[in-house]
Parts: sequence; structure tokens; C-alpha cells
Amino acid sequence: MGVPFDDELEQLRAENEALKVEVQRLRQAQSSSLPEPRSQNDLETPSTHSWDGLGHGLSRDDIARYSRQIILPSFGAQAQGKLCRGSVLIVGAGGLGSPAALYLAAAGVGRIGLVDKDTVELSNIHRQIIHREGTVGQHKCDSAAQSIAGLNSRVQVELHRDGLTPENAVGIVTRYDVVVDASDNAPTRYLISDACCVARKPLVSGAAIGLEGQLTVYCAGDDSPCYRCLFPEAPLPQSCSRCSDAGVLGVVPGIIGTLQALETIKLISGVGQPLSRKLLLQDAWAGRFQSVKLRARSAGCVACGDAPSITAETLADYDYAAFTGQAPNDGPPRPLRLLNPEQRITVQQLRDRLSSEQGSSTASTDPSAPPLVIDVRPPEQFAICHLPGAEHMPWARFARFEQRLLDLAAGDRPIVVMCRRGNDSQRATARMLELGMQSVVDVVGGVEAWARDVDPDFPLY
Amino acid sequence: MAVKILFFARSRELAGVSETSVAVQAADTTESLLSHLLEQFPALKELDGRFVFSLNHEYLERGSVVPLKAGDEVAIIPPISGG
Ligand SMILES: [Zn+2]
Repeated sequence: MGVPFDDELEQLRAENEALKVEVQRLRQAQSSSLPEPRSQNDLETPSTHSWDGLGHGLSRDDIARYSRQIILPSFGAQAQGKLCRGSVLIVGAGGLGSPAALYLAAAGVGRIGLVDKDTVELSNIHRQIIHREGTVGQHKCDSAAQSIAGLNSRVQVELHRDGLTPENAVGIVTRYDVVVDASDNAPTRYLISDACCVARKPLVSGAAIGLEGQLTVYCAGDDSPCYRCLFPEAPLPQSCSRCSDAGVLGVVPGIIGTLQALETIKLISGVGQPLSRKLLLQDAWAGRFQSVKLRARSAGCVACGDAPSITAETLADYDYAAFTGQAPNDGPPRPLRLLNPEQRITVQQLRDRLSSEQGSSTASTDPSAPPLVIDVRPPEQFAICHLPGAEHMPWARFARFEQRLLDLAAGDRPIVVMCRRGNDSQRATARMLELGMQSVVDVVGGVEAWARDVDPDFPLY
Repeated sequence: MAVKILFFARSRELAGVSETSVAVQAADTTESLLSHLLEQFPALKELDGRFVFSLNHEYLERGSVVPLKAGDEVAIIPPISGG
């Protein structure tokens, strides 16, 4: 009686094992058809529903959240599904990257990589709207990640806190579907474009300064050019205005960055025509947008041509600083050393000389008499703040003031020259010495040093 | 006959105007117009040819010589690097 029972038991065990294998197989098949979990705190636990088989991969919460673009006839559930499974790398969490990142997070792009290495400053926030008053002083990656999490917790955010370098660029870019150039300097722009050529990723490139913006999509298909196809030679450093010197109306990069989000959504979802081989130009002053049809990919291009010299192997050793003559950051220009030390004074020495009582009792040729301050900053900056009694002679139009300078030279009143940080004032001092003026000195560090070391109430900008 | 020239970005700063109009002869081309502009706005030499040059909203290959006609619009578009 024992033998048949044992047989039956053995058979049941075998059936049980087979069923376990089948359950395991079904579970795996099911999980691979679902989208990858996008964040730790997914709003809904994955489960099977009747709409899972429709191929868009959207959960009930996804459908509710993105419903207004899902019901859009030219977009729809399939496009939204691609967006939710898609990824984008945004290089720069500044004036362009802020609206780009916010709109792409809001629209449901599954994975967003952010590249930046700077910290948030108060002067950033008028345009870098992903940052908050409360995050001034924080790393921009952390500040931006907080805003994105508050906007759409389902988005997976990856932070690249050391910035993009020739060594890491291809490795980072390869991990994303689309790259957004929201950087602020020429060497980084060439680096991003080259990395996209090597990794064969479409590049949504935006730029803005003052009241002007530019937008195009590079490397999006066979005939699509790269940045080097258009600009094989880098612009000279003096041609590259920076927001911190030239100024920018915050909403202008806001518009271009928002358009970058739009082009990115189109590329990831496959909806619409990418802005490839078209350069969109915004003239906010005139209230005008226009576009220029661009050249096709250049067969001789060193990055995207038929026989490129910039490749996965060579890019890491490419010297972008040498190619562009600029360091890859938006920091202030390096201090010039145009004058001898005896031709310069510190802000503390200037304070002492301005408060000198001897001036009224001695001849004007006395070097200790209160000097005349000549301020050579641009008019917009002079209008913000200047030292009492300062005479304004903007360096950009310095030649117009030569007669006035010669008159001052005849009077022999000591002169000190100031600018924002102490470079243009050295140039102006050198020019005045050339004109034969004797008692002229330059103020080291300009009004920024004055604000820092002498008068804490003096505004910085 | 007159041709319209649009300046963008750094070329606008250097020229000091956002657009201008230049009288050209029948024999004038895009190349002769460029050299004329460099004479009229010498500060533009800073750009050293590093810009997109377009004729009637289409990119012009550098060195290409295209005859001009009345009403043509050319643009000088250096890259903006800020953001
Ligand atoms: Zn190229």
C-alpha cells in the first residue's frame, strides 16, 4: 500500500515544481512588460489591469497626471509612454536649464540627468527659476533636484555634480536619449556637441544673452549638422559676452529654455518635426522670431564628418580651453597685471586719501590731497552706484574724454581710476600715463573690493 | 538698389545697430557686400568670419559668391555662448 502512495506523492511534487517554474516565468514576463519603477515613492504599486496590454505602459496615476497631453490627438498615450520611459541630460542648471528641467519633469520624462558644478547665488534667481531664495549657497544640482521632486516625484533625477569634462562627457551622454545644451560658455558648448557626435545623440542647443536668444537641434539624423559644422572655428574670447558682464533679461533664457523642453519632448516622443537644420533667432527687443535654414552636415567636419578626428578614443584628450582660449566656466575674468605695483593703490589707501583733511590746506599738487575718482565702468553700472564725486568716463568710449583728461593733467590734481574689478581701470590708467599724466593710480579690485573691504553698504551686482 | 543687413548677437554690439541698408550695384555679390560691411563697420573684423552668414533666411557656404538683387536680406549671426 505504501508504494502507490509514494508514487503519487512523487508525482505531486514534480507537478508542484513545474507550477513554481511556470509562475516564476509568468512573473518575469509580466515585470519586463511594465515600465521600470521610476522612484522610491511610486504613487501606485504596480499591478495588472486591463489597460496594461495596450502597449503604452502607463499606470492609472500616469494617465490621470498626463491626461491633458494624452488626450491630445497629435500626442496620445503612446507618445506619453515613450516620454515616461525616456531620458534627457540637461547640461547647466541655469537660465536655460531651469525652465527646461521644470517643463521636462512636469511633462513626465522618466529620467533626467542634471550637470552643474556651481552654487546658487542671489543674482541667479531672476532667471534661474528652478532655484529658490532658500537654496542660495547650495549646490545647483541639489537645489534643482529639490524643485523637481516637489513638482513631479515620479521623475528619476541623476546628478552630475562635477560638471562635464572631456574625460567624463561621452560616458555620461551615452546614458541618455537626448542632450540639452543649457551651458553658458564656448568650451562646454564644443565639448557637448563633440560628445553628442561620438555618442550619436540628438542635441537641443539653446543660448541667450541680453535680449536675444538662439535655438537649434544638432545631430538629429544623417543630414543634421553639429555645432562645429556651423562654427568650425571658436569665437574669440572677447566675442563671448557673459550674462554676469553683459546682462540678460531673465525671461529671454526662460523662453529659449522652454523651447528646448519642447524640442526635447518632440524628439523623445517622436512627435512633430525637430528643429534640425533651422536656427531660430529671438529678438526680444523688436518682438520678433525668425528662422534661418542651416547647412547640412559637413562631410569634412572633424566631429561629425565622414572621417572625424574627434572620436570616442581622442575626445578625452582634446584641449577645449586651448581651442576656445577660455576656461569652461562663467567666472569673472582673470585679474590683469598691466601696471607696476607703485601705479596701483588698495581700497583702504583710497579710503584714507579720500578722508584726508590735508587736502583743503595744501596745494593741489600735494599727493596726499583728496584725489579725483574717475570711474570707467559702463553707464548702466555707474548708474547703480559710484563713489561720491566720481567722474564718469566709460572705458568703451574713453577716446572721447581725451581733452578732459589733458585739462585735468594741467591741473595736476591726483587721480584714481576705478572700474568693477580692476581690469578696465588698469587699461585706462595705462592710457592716461601714455598721455603724459603724472599722478594717476589704479584702484586694485575696483568697486567690488571697495564694497567688500571698506563700505559693506555699497551694493554688489 | 538696396539690400538689407541684419546684425545679431555680438555683431549687433560691434556694429552698434541691429540692421542697416546698403546700396549695391548690379555687379555686387555676397562677398563684395561682406567686404563693404567690414569697411563701414571696422569693429566687425573682431568676428574674423566666425558667424553664420545667411541670404534670404538661408545659410550661405563660406566663400560662395552669389549675385545680389534688390530687396535681398542678409544676416550676420555669430553664436551666443551665454545661458
Ligand atoms: Zn559637424
